[in-house]
Amino acid sequence: MTVSARDSKTKILHALEDQDTNVTFDDPLEHDMVLNMGPQHPATHGVLRLLVRLDGETIVSAIPDLGYLHRGYEKIAENCTYHEFIPHTDRLDYLSPLANNVAYALAVEKLAGIEIPERAKYIRVICAELARLASHLVWVGTMAMDVGAVTVLLWGFREREKIQDIWDLLTGVRFTTSFTRVGGLAQDMKEDSVAAIRNFLDAFPQSLEECEKLLIKNRIFIDRCEGVGYISREQAINMGITGPILRASGVEHDLRKDQPYLVYGNLDFDIPTYTDGDTLARFYVRMEEMRQSVKILYQALEKIPQGPVNANEPKKVLPKKERTYGNMEELIHDFMLVNFGINPPIGEVYSAIEGSKGELGFYLVSHGEGNPWRLKIRSPSFVNLQILPLMLKGGMISDVVAVIGSLDPVMGEADK
Amino acid sequence: MPDLKELVVGKLRDRFADEFESSNEYRGELTVIVKKSAIRSVCQFLRDDAELRFDSLRDVCGVDYYRPEDRFEVVYNLYSIPQNFRLRIKVRVDESDLHVDSVTPVFSTADWEERETYDMYGIIFDGHPDLRRIYMPEDFEHFPLRKDFPLMGIPGSLALPRK
Repeated sequence: MTVSARDSKTKILHALEDQDTNVTFDDPLEHDMVLNMGPQHPATHGVLRLLVRLDGETIVSAIPDLGYLHRGYEKIAENCTYHEFIPHTDRLDYLSPLANNVAYALAVEKLAGIEIPERAKYIRVICAELARLASHLVWVGTMAMDVGAVTVLLWGFREREKIQDIWDLLTGVRFTTSFTRVGGLAQDMKEDSVAAIRNFLDAFPQSLEECEKLLIKNRIFIDRCEGVGYISREQAINMGITGPILRASGVEHDLRKDQPYLVYGNLDFDIPTYTDGDTLARFYVRMEEMRQSVKILYQALEKIPQGPVNANEPKKVLPKKERTYGNMEELIHDFMLVNFGINPPIGEVYSAIEGSKGELGFYLVSHGEGNPWRLKIRSPSFVNLQILPLMLKGGMISDVVAVIGSLDPVMGEADK
Repeated sequence: MPDLKELVVGKLRDRFADEFESSNEYRGELTVIVKKSAIRSVCQFLRDDAELRFDSLRDVCGVDYYRPEDRFEVVYNLYSIPQNFRLRIKVRVDESDLHVDSVTPVFSTADWEERETYDMYGIIFDGHPDLRRIYMPEDFEHFPLRKDFPLMGIPGSLALPRK
């Protein structure tokens, strides 16, 4: 107990003895207060718990507490085959399940040395960009709601609903898609999904602009975001930050451009970069990214070739289920793959994609067996959250929700 | 970029002649194994070298190989934004001595990642500012990602309500 605290305690005791209820203190805010935020809090986007030490309304320090959604996926992965883990990847960043499927499939293919057909690559790009749009739409809605603009949440979810209808056509499921397979995709993209995507893309930029107009012409929104949660370029790089947060701090780094995977090298798009490093800059980066995603999707739909969507490697790629009923070869392969897995050679790879939140990487170690010996998920939300105490320090308590909103963490991914 | 790979290996070999153990390339990815005593200075060197500039540590993780010697490995995934180049540094850790120098003074991002590695494998990072468990409860006694920890968990390891 500090001296001043002891003083005030004796003061209260004396006052009680004297029965004098008019006790005044020179500095009522002389003690710090520790506030517990979450894990059940609407603005922490899931089950993030935050311990904040406050001096009045100013934040002295903050500690995030994780683990409320820890499901041990890395342990589970060591005990199932490479194919069996695909549904689990949906549940990492549950706002962009398709992008996680793509990231995982790419890692396994790199480990096993499978080259997928051109058409599958294009479809995967379409999947990843649709996932980015869906994820950013949830982000813009929730962040705007956190700072008080509820309409954008409804509009954002309305647009996301359309994307989920496209996923329904494309993958057969609306949410937990599990669409990719090692060596290709679960099914080909049909004409009706292409038409649905085109329809959506034609109308989407205008809806996006409407959402944006609601916010960037809104004095309250600007005031609550501008200069809040500042992070410098050097801090962002040293903290390993990736994705929109890094680009909002002035680093032009995007894996789609810097280390092109799939067919991103053939597509023309820009990397939006802002130098302000505050919440507003992160808002602009993500808004601009959505426009670039629309551009990428148009090009991908234009350039997509015809052809198979699965690699012709029967010992590594699951055959079509219908074919296993009548063909001996396929039956054997299906049996071996389901029961024993694909057995990639001994080795280790790290493969990463630019997810909606940053670098989503999988580090895989194979011992030549059907199960991965080790699977490590490099989740962008986990690493990005680490910068939260730095962003909050010295800010106001009301900025907490805006800053968390601008970080866009998904706890399913951060807690694994 | 084969020249950059040779450059990295060459520089590390020159600078850390005694601590450099081996390097290999698999699927186009360069891995360098160094002695664990040197990990902090290797990271410092790679970050500050004017040519290489590995300014970003993307990931730290442990691997349990479940073998009699050098049971664990700690893997550092480095990335150089100026060079667009990835490098994996590994150190081997024996079960008898689970201490590794923390790289938090060089890369602040190692903070949580080392906590996670400690939480999952019990590897102790010397010089870490706040080495606590990150996912599991504070009073949990086991290390769940070790290969001798069963998938179903250990009965009684987590306090449950009494019957």
